[in-house]
Amino acid sequence: MAEPARAKPKPTPETQHFWDGTKAGELRLQRCDACANVYFPPRPFCPSCASRKVSVFKASGKGKLYSYVINHRPAAPGFTPPYAIAVVELDEGPRMMSNIIDCPQTPEALELDMPLEVAFQQLDDKITLPVFRPAKG
Amino acid sequence: MRRNQVAVVGAAETTELGVIPNMSQIQLHADAALNAIADAGLKLSDIDGIATAVETPQQIAHYLGITPTWVDGTSVGGCSFMLHVRHAAAAIEAGLCKTVLITHAESGKSMIGKQPRFTPADSLNGQFEAPFGVYGPPSMFPIPVLRFMKTHGITHEQLAMVAVVQREWAAKNPRATMKDPITVADVLNSRMIAYPFRLLQCCLVTDGGGALILTSADRAKDFPKKPVYILGTGESVETPMVSQMKTFDSSRAFKVAGPLAFKEAGITHKDVDHLMIYDAFAHLPLYGLGDLGFMPHEETGKFIADGNTRPGGKLPLNTNGGGLSYMHSGMYGMYALQESVRQMRGIAPAQVPNAKISVCHGVGGMFAASGTIIFTNER
Repeated sequence: MAEPARAKPKPTPETQHFWDGTKAGELRLQRCDACANVYFPPRPFCPSCASRKVSVFKASGKGKLYSYVINHRPAAPGFTPPYAIAVVELDEGPRMMSNIIDCPQTPEALELDMPLEVAFQQLDDKITLPVFRPAKG
Repeated sequence: MRRNQVAVVGAAETTELGVIPNMSQIQLHADAALNAIADAGLKLSDIDGIATAVETPQQIAHYLGITPTWVDGTSVGGCSFMLHVRHAAAAIEAGLCKTVLITHAESGKSMIGKQPRFTPADSLNGQFEAPFGVYGPPSMFPIPVLRFMKTHGITHEQLAMVAVVQREWAAKNPRATMKDPITVADVLNSRMIAYPFRLLQCCLVTDGGGALILTSADRAKDFPKKPVYILGTGESVETPMVSQMKTFDSSRAFKVAGPLAFKEAGITHKDVDHLMIYDAFAHLPLYGLGDLGFMPHEETGKFIADGNTRPGGKLPLNTNGGGLSYMHSGMYGMYALQESVRQMRGIAPAQVPNAKISVCHGVGGMFAASGTIIFTNER
């Protein structure tokens, strides 16, 4: 029997650009053309000033570890515990949930505010997830 | 809303709490509702307003045989019932109905007649949180706590003391699920659930329910039980995505709902005799003490660890044992309200002597929503 699968996102018209971006190896955010607010998750208007004039741009992919848990039980389908569920604060301002790769999943290794950089984890031919690893150098 | 215009005149929990394998979720609602109606000395036909969460008001109204002229199906998580109290008080004052029944029940342990919770893959939670391994409240609710601890200098031992102190209250309560004393070491050696939280810092999983009946304060004096007046109320929501909270150092929803209720009540923190802060996990009382303005967040851990909230302390907190030790069927807000009402009636198992003002603060859907109700037994 196949392993139970990890929850897979299903894009909507408003989020398609984000998932097209991760598939192309880019972390895409949105910036308001009127007030310059950078925001996440995606939507076709600025949640700060309500302007519909917004632009998609490629983010730096750099951020830092804002907070996390190391989940032991119950584990989500497709995950082997213990695994960290992290919230990353991007250099551009917004925060996003993600996982931390290339790093022991321990409190000692996962230091708050440690610099991180984006990496991409392909789930299938449609969906690639943005994950983060400790920044090099 | 004006102070003390509406009162709780009926309050009851399900006959049993804990593991109830012989009752479905909707029957638990009915059991609590019938107990509350009996407590108020009313007939079913006296109820003209109904509010509930998760189950719809139409399901509960039909099952009980009630024909309401006012309904509220606000379902924002475990604090939904605080919002129901606020909305019901406004509705009664506005003359939309006279006697409101608010019910909660959940077959959280036995899972009989309970719909599974489901996150659609094309929702924002489904796209931007679920793929990273969140799986139920234990993996989500504690996500902010490490940042909260770093910002405010809170220690693991202080967070363990939340569970220790609440067990002291539970020991006084015959209906509490867990009554045996525990130590900080017991907490810090209990099974890891989601670091930094261990089993004894996570709420129980039980079956049960509760119901409240509200009417105008003018009518309340004719009821068999001592009326408990609604002195102040507040509510707010922030985000269903825990990752998207404005900050992990505090809860915006708490910081809106709590001060609204205090302002409406016209009281200061020194006036509070009894306090309930919904404790699905051990960090919530610390957020609540800070966000409701009792003290700076930096002092909350020490305040609890020093014994100020334990039996005999100056600010009795979660006096039924809380979600950590009393019971937690999934949406604990109703049980916090029940304990505030018992304290105001003077009949709580761990009664706070001469308590006149009780603050009851709820959280829902992780930090998505919040509701605060301030009760008094003096008009």
